[in-house]
Amino acid sequence: MARAATTTDPFNAIAEPRRRQILDLLIEGERPVSEIVAALPVSQPQVSKHLKVLKEVGLVKSRSEGKRRLYRVDAVALKPMHTWLERYEELWNRRLDRLDHYLYTLQAKEKEE
Amino acid sequence: MTTRTGSATVELPSDTEILITREFDAPADLLFEAWTNPVHVPNWWGFEDNPMILCEIDLRVGGAWRFVVTDDEHGEFGWHGVYQEIERPNRLVSTEVFEGYPDAESLNTVTLDEADGVTTMRTRVLHKTKENRDGHIEAGMEEGMQISMNRLDAILETLKAEVS
Repeated sequence: MARAATTTDPFNAIAEPRRRQILDLLIEGERPVSEIVAALPVSQPQVSKHLKVLKEVGLVKSRSEGKRRLYRVDAVALKPMHTWLERYEELWNRRLDRLDHYLYTLQAKEKEE
Repeated sequence: MTTRTGSATVELPSDTEILITREFDAPADLLFEAWTNPVHVPNWWGFEDNPMILCEIDLRVGGAWRFVVTDDEHGEFGWHGVYQEIERPNRLVSTEVFEGYPDAESLNTVTLDEADGVTTMRTRVLHKTKENRDGHIEAGMEEGMQISMNRLDAILETLKAEVS
């Protein structure tokens, strides 16, 4: 059940820690499979399998350069995940902006007194 | 409104933590007071559409706190916990339970560091499991989404650069 979901949902796809590590590497810049294999304690077939899943959910894109295939993160596809944390950040921004404003009010009152 | 509006950042330093950081143009003393005195808290903790209807704070080690806000659509939401460490005005450690998820108790450490009139507030929320941490963030959001991005900050930078 979980296996079927990994190929359709980016959230499930990156629940796998190794795939998050691969994404972390690709966020730094475009890389061929060989560089990912060199950076992680994983075999090439495993890396290729993870890349396939990441491509299927649209988190990663690839292009050919000569004999090599280069992989990169598709930032637009990461947007829903950005939104996930952004909503939490928004809540805290609203709350702490109110605190900020309240502190100004308190400080202004102190000056008056 | 100040230039610091919207400047709070949220990071996920590990699979079980949330770190919220914000700077204030106010002394740590005042910030600690506004954060812990039930006379002040209801003035900022709730929102116009979610006013705070209960704010109990027994600011002693072992003392309890409980906040309740109300919402026209969803009714009441409550949070409670117990103070573990109090070092006015620099550090406050307490447990927190969102009453909608009673099993997911977190340990919250608030630190206030003042320098040149600016106080940096860091709230570190430590959960027992990644699932609880994610649930904390997802509260009120679509269920079933489980992600953890240890380096989300890097992704956010990429996004900001590429989407804008």
